[in-house]
Amino acid sequence: MNAFVSALGVAGFGFGLARPLFRTEDIPQAAFTGSAGTQPVVRLRNFTRRFGDNDIIKDLSLDIAPGEFVSLLGRSGSGKTTLLRTLAGIDQLHADIAGQEIRIPPTRAVVFQDARLLPWKRVWRNVALGLKGLDIRSRAETALREVGLDHRLEAWPLTLSGGEAQRTALARALVRDPQLLLMDEPFAALDALTRLRVHDLVLRLWSVHRPAVMLVTHDVDEAIALSDRILVLDQGRIVAEERIDTPRGQRLALTADLREKLLSFLGTGRIGDDADIAEVFADKPNIPFSPDEDFRA
Amino acid sequence: MSLSKSITRSLSRARWLSPLALLLLWEAGSRSGIIPARTLAAPSTVIETLWQMVVSGELPSNLLVSAGRVLLGLAIGVSSGIILGLVSGLSRQGEVAIDPLMQIKRTIPVVALTPLFIVWFGIGEVPKIALIAFATVFPVYLNLYSGIRGVDVRLVDAARSFGLSRLEQIWHVVLPGALPSLLVGLRYALSISIILLVIAEQINASAGLGYLINNARDFMRTDIIVVCLLVYAVLGLLADGAVRALEAGALSWRPALVEQ
Repeated sequence: MNAFVSALGVAGFGFGLARPLFRTEDIPQAAFTGSAGTQPVVRLRNFTRRFGDNDIIKDLSLDIAPGEFVSLLGRSGSGKTTLLRTLAGIDQLHADIAGQEIRIPPTRAVVFQDARLLPWKRVWRNVALGLKGLDIRSRAETALREVGLDHRLEAWPLTLSGGEAQRTALARALVRDPQLLLMDEPFAALDALTRLRVHDLVLRLWSVHRPAVMLVTHDVDEAIALSDRILVLDQGRIVAEERIDTPRGQRLALTADLREKLLSFLGTGRIGDDADIAEVFADKPNIPFSPDEDFRA
Repeated sequence: MSLSKSITRSLSRARWLSPLALLLLWEAGSRSGIIPARTLAAPSTVIETLWQMVVSGELPSNLLVSAGRVLLGLAIGVSSGIILGLVSGLSRQGEVAIDPLMQIKRTIPVVALTPLFIVWFGIGEVPKIALIAFATVFPVYLNLYSGIRGVDVRLVDAARSFGLSRLEQIWHVVLPGALPSLLVGLRYALSISIILLVIAEQINASAGLGYLINNARDFMRTDIIVVCLLVYAVLGLLADGAVRALEAGALSWRPALVEQ
């Protein structure tokens, strides 16, 4: 058994991945062996979530393999954020729904659209938030070095630029060695050039640490550029699923067709000459999250 | 030419000029006999009296008594306000139990309670300290409570997603987020405590600034009264300065302070 585990470890390095700067012992072995035949890190079966009489998500089934990069597209009100909150373990789960199965990995981390740094903690303390142990400062430093912010360790978050704040949030997520990295439109607030750079950075960090990733986004091009698999969510159901095998960087060619196809599921095709503009833009209102669930008992 | 021009310009911007003019006018009025000493003592007399009271030890000893009353009253009032605000802000049951009582308390002017406090506590030190304590509870309570309720729920969400326990969420997110409000409440409490000190010391004081003023009134010593008013003003300034210093230290992360 020991020999088997260590053999896997050696094989992992044999793959030629850049040596992770993080603790290696917590990285799931499966991440090095590819996704075939391994246990998924996320497993949802017949997952249903409702607020009042509204079914936000209905009978949804989803597997995410270790190290897989999944993008989730959907209009506002499609249930994306609810699904993300469930996978993040932020929402309380209702176990009483028959036939429902929810399995999420124990180590998860979220990067939100607004970086959500605590303004009263210096950058490295934000990254170290909730970490236990003696070496949290050096772990935070290592993570910040990976996102190129080792010169901003002692800065106050409110003095960071949008891109710096988002990279700090990325470091804060990765310092936990998550098996599942959840990103909720993390690039939406960045300017176009910064967004491209952060895309590259995310891919690099992902290829080093190999967490399973679920990226929630509105941006079809972003999803095509980054992911192994794209899901389209509409009215709480998965209405389309596309797997992309073309290596990243060679995807410009396939973009046009796939783009049109995915956009058609999102109801954002071209506006026809006789279209009703109000209907074209009609989105569902956002349903507020259970306002009772805050920090109070 | 340009020199006189620059002098006029700097004079036209000098904010200290009009208070100084008033002071000189006051002094001139006193000297010429237009303002009798029994109505208002001259500024020069006031300064002389101040010096004598300091040298004789009369002012420091009485100031110490007054400062003791304020500090003790504040300590009781502020700590009660913090405890009540925490309980009410952090738990629903606490809010249901405490908030209605605090709102009822708010509608009663504290000064109007003075007769009742005298009946309960006599005319010694206790009613004076009790008045200050009672008056300073509310601003601390209300600001801490609303500060806690106003904490950005998205930050709490984020902390929860990183696996922080409820206690850790409160310690790392809720309390630091409510601190600016608490400091505003503290500032209110300090200025209220000085006002209440003045009122409370009208109750048969045998020492303290109020005692000095009451005595001076009986002998029509307007110079001593003005000295005590000056001391009250200085106390208020010191209290405000203390909170400002506290804010500069505790809230150094805020952009307005970061930029400076």
